[in-house]
Amino acid sequence: MNILKFLTAGSVDDGKSTLIGRLLYDSGAILVDQLEALQRSNRKNDDGTIDLAILTDGLKAEREQGITIDVAYKYFQTDKRKFIIADTPGHIQYTRNMVTGASNAGLAIILIDARKGVIEQTIRHSFLVALLGLPQVVVCVNKMDMVDYDEAVFNKIVSDYKVLAAKVGLKNVAYIPVSALKGDNIVHSSERMSWFKGSSLLPYLETVEIPTDNLTEHARFPVQWVVRPQTEELHDYRGYAGRVSSGSFRVNDKVTVLPSGFTSTISKIELLDSEPEAALSGMSVTIHLEDEIDISRGDTLVSAKNKPHVSQLIEADLCWMDTKPLDTTHTYFLQHNSKLTRCRIQEILYKVNINTLEQEFDEDFKLNDIGRIVVKTADPLAFDLYQDNKANGGAILIDSRTNVTVGALMFRANAD
Amino acid sequence: MKQLDYLDELEAEAIHILREVAGQFEKPALLFSGGKDSITLVRLAEKAFRPGKFPFPLVHIDTGHNFEETIIYRDNMIKRIGEKLIVGYVQDDIDNGRVVEQKGKNASRNQLQTVTLLNTIAKHQFDACIGGARRDEEKARAKERIFSVRDEFGQWDPKRQRPELWNIYNGKIHKGENVRVFPISNWTELDVWNYIRREKIELPTIYFAHERDVITRNGQLMAASPFLNMDDEDVVERRNVRFRTVGDMTCTAAVESYAFEIDNIIDEISASRVSERGARMDDKVSEAAMEDRKKGGYF
Repeated sequence: MNILKFLTAGSVDDGKSTLIGRLLYDSGAILVDQLEALQRSNRKNDDGTIDLAILTDGLKAEREQGITIDVAYKYFQTDKRKFIIADTPGHIQYTRNMVTGASNAGLAIILIDARKGVIEQTIRHSFLVALLGLPQVVVCVNKMDMVDYDEAVFNKIVSDYKVLAAKVGLKNVAYIPVSALKGDNIVHSSERMSWFKGSSLLPYLETVEIPTDNLTEHARFPVQWVVRPQTEELHDYRGYAGRVSSGSFRVNDKVTVLPSGFTSTISKIELLDSEPEAALSGMSVTIHLEDEIDISRGDTLVSAKNKPHVSQLIEADLCWMDTKPLDTTHTYFLQHNSKLTRCRIQEILYKVNINTLEQEFDEDFKLNDIGRIVVKTADPLAFDLYQDNKANGGAILIDSRTNVTVGALMFRANAD
Repeated sequence: MKQLDYLDELEAEAIHILREVAGQFEKPALLFSGGKDSITLVRLAEKAFRPGKFPFPLVHIDTGHNFEETIIYRDNMIKRIGEKLIVGYVQDDIDNGRVVEQKGKNASRNQLQTVTLLNTIAKHQFDACIGGARRDEEKARAKERIFSVRDEFGQWDPKRQRPELWNIYNGKIHKGENVRVFPISNWTELDVWNYIRREKIELPTIYFAHERDVITRNGQLMAASPFLNMDDEDVVERRNVRFRTVGDMTCTAAVESYAFEIDNIIDEISASRVSERGARMDDKVSEAAMEDRKKGGYF
């Protein structure tokens, strides 16, 4: 059994919380005491049924304002799969939360209100999902009950969305007409939409194969920690601890250490008492090399046959996440996997108006702004382009004055 | 590429987070309660750092109202793994007047341990505290980051959390602040149990069904003990019970159970219709109970 992490994009008005509540409720993921808390609450739908949206908005501040202010994670499982939902709000001021949720997801559900069709918000969400490189999208046309379950309404939205998908560059898109409120096509197929021959949402999520990038050759291992017991019996022990971010490593593989460029051969792979032959993508292990080389946290072991870029000047997409605008004269910290260095944003090439997708030229880079920049780093970075290898192509910016994460970078080209 | 099995994936993620703590902080600590979640963390730390030593001590906040079995377990475990244990005693803070013991029938030291925790963090100048909290436990937890920054008063501000992107964790803080780190954020209760079974991890005996004197209070089974303020209305009964969480004796309820083996427990949980925090009296106070306690520095 594996885990599918997915993101839900839409606003309160689209019935997003109701959709998640419905998935949890109909799949039996709500436990008795949570249900009791739900019933104690006095929020009800117009017809007196429980308002399932309450299941997702956790904080007092949110309940008072009736909005979702942050990314909330929800967990449920069926016999076929485990699911982690990143529930992110759809209000314009919360682009940063959606980017955060999307950075870890394998699939996005984009909600469209059947009465409204493709609107500005849909463009925004679709652009962000494409920017973050999510491999699979499901468009849920919700509130079908409000349009008499009309097939023509659904078909019109599908054809409108196809135009948008092509424009932002989304390849794998599925479409499902649903009513989260009434439960149509969420867990069970809807009799009221017998014209729809596709799968309901949950069965779809259970079985969809998430397209993975073919990264077998892109073996990358950012070193997090050097294990050196320095005891008498383990005097010469030196293991490099980290997590394989992409590709795989095997004993006897030739590896290059970046940024130094030294090469060596893997002599052993360890995980506590076991010695696996191979470390696959996603595994946390300790790697030993035949040669004694100076390696520390922040260095990356890579396949000697397929090396990433090494450079101090990189063109990247930037999403700004702080209320204080970007200051191109300020030195920020840049964190790329286990590597921390200083950097400056040397040039703003353009910004993207995420409602119209047009490029704009503007000196200000404010909260929720997205655009293309050139970053210069103090130390060389061993990176891949985000579109080729997400796991080694993203970085965060930290304001050295406040220590807050202020930006997300997706590397797009080596500018050196 | 082959996807990892879910337990391997959760394990690898947790090990990665523990190593980030080691790499980013000067004086981290692992908060150890004696419960199954912190026991799981110890196992994960062994996977992250062996054959080296843990780059942090274990810290236990001792309310004094412990299940004896937990303390025995703790001391045996420390002996086995050979790591350092620091204990912060709530009793010390009661004695020196920093906190006042609650009165009345439902008196518990659960609230008081926040003060002892913050004092212990300040005394040892810990800059990161690793804990076994999971997002599936409770609504306020569902919104917590894996690296969760607390101000110098230990407060959590849900509106000022840092965005957490990809697998990159920002541990930069100002002096006096600290970070709570939750490596098993993405695990569910069932995941923890399946992992314990797979790894053959030993647990304190109170997790398994046993006979015990209990009283029924507010519909919950509470262990009869000198720490519980009892009166004539409380009827002590001998029942077959086990505990799903291990907290202070005064706020941890038992469930009736005949699950003597881990397989029985996993079956029981899979079929269960009451979530595990449902057996915690401390969450029942109000709908926002956990959110308020966390803002005040609770774990």
